[in-house]
Amino acid sequence: MKKISYSMLSLLGLAIIFTSCGDQGKSSSNGALSSSAAEKVYVAPGEHDDYYAFISGGFSGQLSVYGLPSGRLFKVIPVFSQDAEKAYGYNEETKPMLNTSFGFVPWDDSHHPDISQTNGELDGRFVFINGNNTPRIAKIDLTTFETTEIIEVPNSAGNHSSSFVTENTEYVVAGTRFSVPVPQRDMPINEYKGNFKGVLSFISVDPEDGGMDIKFQLIMPGFDYDLSHPGRGASHGWFFFTTYNTEEASTLLEVNASQNDKDFIAAVNWKKIEEYVNNGGGTIMPTNYAHNVYDEHTHTATSTMKKEVLVVDPLKVPGAVYFLPTPKSPHGCDVDPSGEYIVGNGKLSANLTVHSFTKMLDAIENKKFDGEAYGIPILKFEDVLAGTVNQAGLGPLHTEFDGQGNAYTTFFISSEVVKWKLKTWEVVDRQSTYYSVGHLMIPGGNSRKPFGKYALAMNKITKDRYLPTGPEVTQSAQLFDISGEKMELLLDFPTIGEPHYAAGIPADLIKPNSKKIYSLTENKHKYATTSDADVRVERNGKEVHIYMTMIRSHFNPDNIEGVKVGDKVYFHVTNLEQDYDVPHGVSVIGANTSELLIMPGQTESFVWEPKQVGVWPFYCTDFCSALHQEMQGYVRVSPADSDIDLSWSLGE
Amino acid sequence: MKIVFKSMVLLFSLLLVSCGGKEEKKKEGFSVKRQKTIEKVVETPAVPETKASERVDLSNKGIGPVTSLEIGNAIDEAMAVKGKEVFDQMCMACHRVGKKFIGPAPNGILERRTPEWAMNMILNPDQMVKEDPLAKDLLMEFNGSPMANQGLTEEQARAVLEYFRTL
Repeated sequence: MKKISYSMLSLLGLAIIFTSCGDQGKSSSNGALSSSAAEKVYVAPGEHDDYYAFISGGFSGQLSVYGLPSGRLFKVIPVFSQDAEKAYGYNEETKPMLNTSFGFVPWDDSHHPDISQTNGELDGRFVFINGNNTPRIAKIDLTTFETTEIIEVPNSAGNHSSSFVTENTEYVVAGTRFSVPVPQRDMPINEYKGNFKGVLSFISVDPEDGGMDIKFQLIMPGFDYDLSHPGRGASHGWFFFTTYNTEEASTLLEVNASQNDKDFIAAVNWKKIEEYVNNGGGTIMPTNYAHNVYDEHTHTATSTMKKEVLVVDPLKVPGAVYFLPTPKSPHGCDVDPSGEYIVGNGKLSANLTVHSFTKMLDAIENKKFDGEAYGIPILKFEDVLAGTVNQAGLGPLHTEFDGQGNAYTTFFISSEVVKWKLKTWEVVDRQSTYYSVGHLMIPGGNSRKPFGKYALAMNKITKDRYLPTGPEVTQSAQLFDISGEKMELLLDFPTIGEPHYAAGIPADLIKPNSKKIYSLTENKHKYATTSDADVRVERNGKEVHIYMTMIRSHFNPDNIEGVKVGDKVYFHVTNLEQDYDVPHGVSVIGANTSELLIMPGQTESFVWEPKQVGVWPFYCTDFCSALHQEMQGYVRVSPADSDIDLSWSLGE
Repeated sequence: MKIVFKSMVLLFSLLLVSCGGKEEKKKEGFSVKRQKTIEKVVETPAVPETKASERVDLSNKGIGPVTSLEIGNAIDEAMAVKGKEVFDQMCMACHRVGKKFIGPAPNGILERRTPEWAMNMILNPDQMVKEDPLAKDLLMEFNGSPMANQGLTEEQARAVLEYFRTL
């Protein structure tokens, strides 16, 4: 061991010598530039950032909240994965949030956050995000920055072309990446072609309380539905999905799904289908999926299993779905702020294909078809094409817009962001990224009204950009100033991984609505103790319920006796504070779960099953006051056959 | 072997110093900072003649939203009932009638304090314990337990005060 550490040290020493001598020259050469970039991202102590950026946590399953331009991390909102820090998925209240038709699933792969919209503009009420692996859509309430609803998506697999909202948040849309047998059944894999289906789900969002419900599922041919975006303005009422693997291969897709010169963008007229469904169209299909809702007043989630879903055969609704041929396995499907242009980012191409909504309508009206796929008309490529951005770079993935007539596309293979002009299709600027950029985000870039000041590039590879941390290095983002003619790289900052898409919004649209405390008088938790007069411990067979309160700096009760080995002890703890930023935490020795972190006015519960006789301490886990270290208590645990009555006290 | 490695490390550190020693300086600054955060600043409070909780001060109105408050002669019973409700939910975790608990007992408060001071202590405790001399002394007397801001409205605080008059 020692030998290794010495050799490492000497290597490190060597590295420092080289870098320290080399770096000095480098930093002085671009000193002027870096100081102006520094000023642009500097947010003085105590000052606030101009923008919130909600960046997907990728395979962490969570959603992170950063400030722009500083790149400071404010919060990681637990969504699809358990989070011991916040007790999410560990406490009794939030365990139901992670329930699915497969049982409790404590992880997912979170991908594409999207902020709710009204009249095509960001309204800052909710963020939606998709779980890719076990298909789910989550809703985060931006008054509390907490996940308040998760709906499982049946008949879907690899929930990737999700979770994008329509112009008035009528729907949050979730498309399947992997086609599968629908309904699921036992069949040979090599009979995929013609038998597997791709399901596109339209989940309605209640305009009042934001409640989600699957309105209908469109049963499409068995392609891979990669990404999607809503129409807006004139194209409001339509939704566009990129497809690949129109070859319908089930094996070695890297070769077999790259055979066709063109795949499709599927254009779905959801208003037409909505009308069909409202008039009794569609078929009820038996299925099984979880719908989990967190109630802000009971501080408790409930999970309901739903047993049926309405499915629609696109051939039964004439004029509802068309295919727009699009070259080279398109990935991102992006619609400009006017709603006229639909960009297909053909990821195996050097060119970008832009379709025109007006031309599409014209082609439909005049039946300019080029055949059909499984009965769905294929429009003639030349008749829907608005233009091509030629030789823009290698491997285009995603495009965003600044609202000034410019588009910004990421190129994964050539590792750059390219700025080009709508209508003339000319490239006007390109900047390298470090390295291999995936998504990028301009606040409001997927809406009628982008805020074209910054663009955030989210990179797939970091390599040498930060101090190394072993083979696994941080995920990263890069901030560009796009207010000028040329883009300027301002900042690298690490992110939780892996960042796919992000959604940004001016801070002023969210900040005033952010809740500071939960009101004790509105606390409707089943086991709340909102007054010290109601503090108690109750036994019900082997179950013991402790109704406990906490305030700076004690628990009530803090001495409990009469608990026995083999009991199941519920700590129901209410934080009586009503002041901003005074949470308390609690845990007890040997608890097989996480701590609770309880916000002012909130109640949370955890279960403790004492296995050993003794006197066991519990304590506050969040430094709350000068007397935080005194915030502690004891539970006496007696043998299973003892006859000690329950008793509890504070200060006696 | 060990010695060879050790000497290599020494050699490199020397080289490092010769190269300008910039990194070394940084290290020093960092460790000094760390030490500072660990250090505790101990203040010795002046010991007052009488306990702050027993001192009578009927001129100090405290610091906060309430600058003048008239209290009627008769107790408003309905208001006092409401005040008890608020007290039981928001205050009882730290204040108990008739005995010192985390904080002082509210009994007879208006014999020792102006109504304005009592209201401001409820409504604006953070500033009071920092700036009002009496509130500062109280904080020390009660082991540094801060008076929590429970977010009462002025109306609620007034009702609590009326309840205190019934005690």
